Amino acid sequence: MKLVEALEIVIPWLGDALVVHANGFISRESFNVKDRLGNFYMIGSMGLASSIALGVALNRPDRRVVVFDGDGNVLMNLGSLALIGATQPKNLVHIVFDNEAYGSTGNQRTITGAVALEEIARASGYQRVQRVNTAATLQSIIQEFLAQSGPAFLLIKIEPDYEERKIGRITHEPPQIAARFMAAIGS
Amino acid sequence: MVTGVEFLHLLRGAGFDFFTGVPCSLAKSLIATLEERGGYIAETREDAAVGLAAGAYMAGKQPVVIMQNSGLGVCVNALASLSLMYHFPCLLLITWRGYQGKDAPEHLIMGDISPTLLSTMKIPYQVLSAEPVGDSIRWAAETLRQTNQPVALLLPPGVMR
Repeated sequence: MKLVEALEIVIPWLGDALVVHANGFISRESFNVKDRLGNFYMIGSMGLASSIALGVALNRPDRRVVVFDGDGNVLMNLGSLALIGATQPKNLVHIVFDNEAYGSTGNQRTITGAVALEEIARASGYQRVQRVNTAATLQSIIQEFLAQSGPAFLLIKIEPDYEERKIGRITHEPPQIAARFMAAIGS
Repeated sequence: MVTGVEFLHLLRGAGFDFFTGVPCSLAKSLIATLEERGGYIAETREDAAVGLAAGAYMAGKQPVVIMQNSGLGVCVNALASLSLMYHFPCLLLITWRGYQGKDAPEHLIMGDISPTLLSTMKIPYQVLSAEPVGDSIRWAAETLRQTNQPVALLLPPGVMR
């Protein structure tokens, strides 16, 4: 499964969820599949998408908050999995698109071929943890996975993208990304 | 000297209502007060605390991030490519180890460069002293609301009991 295929399966089920995106291809592919007002695109500060999402989730327990994260990002901020486990936000769903590579810098390998991030999430206290390897499985579980009480952690194995293709960058200015997201939160 | 209870009262009075950070002994009475009263999020790293504060701000809060100046080094990129770039205000309460060159060796270099580091990042700051703590906190609150950017208060030894 490619990243764009996984996103095309997940995005239709998001409803009015607030989605914090990790930097790099995750932001850019999702922006190109469907730009939503409730999307926050973190274009810098690698590693912090789940911290930002936790800050939203703890203060707006009435809203579903989803993180679109990457394996490189999660590895850079493993303490965030521990804090999510410690604070137990029921409204947080953490989705990791794991291609075992730093995609936007040229597919250098991460270490998730050897380390199962979902087991770190499980040990940290996420209420539900699942690994998905195929598009068919993702299709069959995603609606229910997004709706359940969290914190939940879904690791989706995807293929590194070796094709040379142009993926558009986010065209909104950063303060505009923030303003749109805050309007979607209603704060 | 100001107590942690008094300091928290001043922060709340200035509108701050979300507290996270990584501890320092110079701010231990404030953190102890926050822990007693609930609602303090004990972060694992200072850059993650800056991220958490950004989320809290977007959800309608006025966040405070407490850290030692060692942590200022940890969160330089988070401040530059998240807080400053998106205009996410937060109060950085940064304890100043290595103040005036008197401290354990690991604090001396960061202690020397902490104010310069803030200036380089164009983050406005004041150094807290015993008497006008309330004035500095009100200045910080006004400045961050006007600029929509982070503001720092440096807390040297001998200010908070």
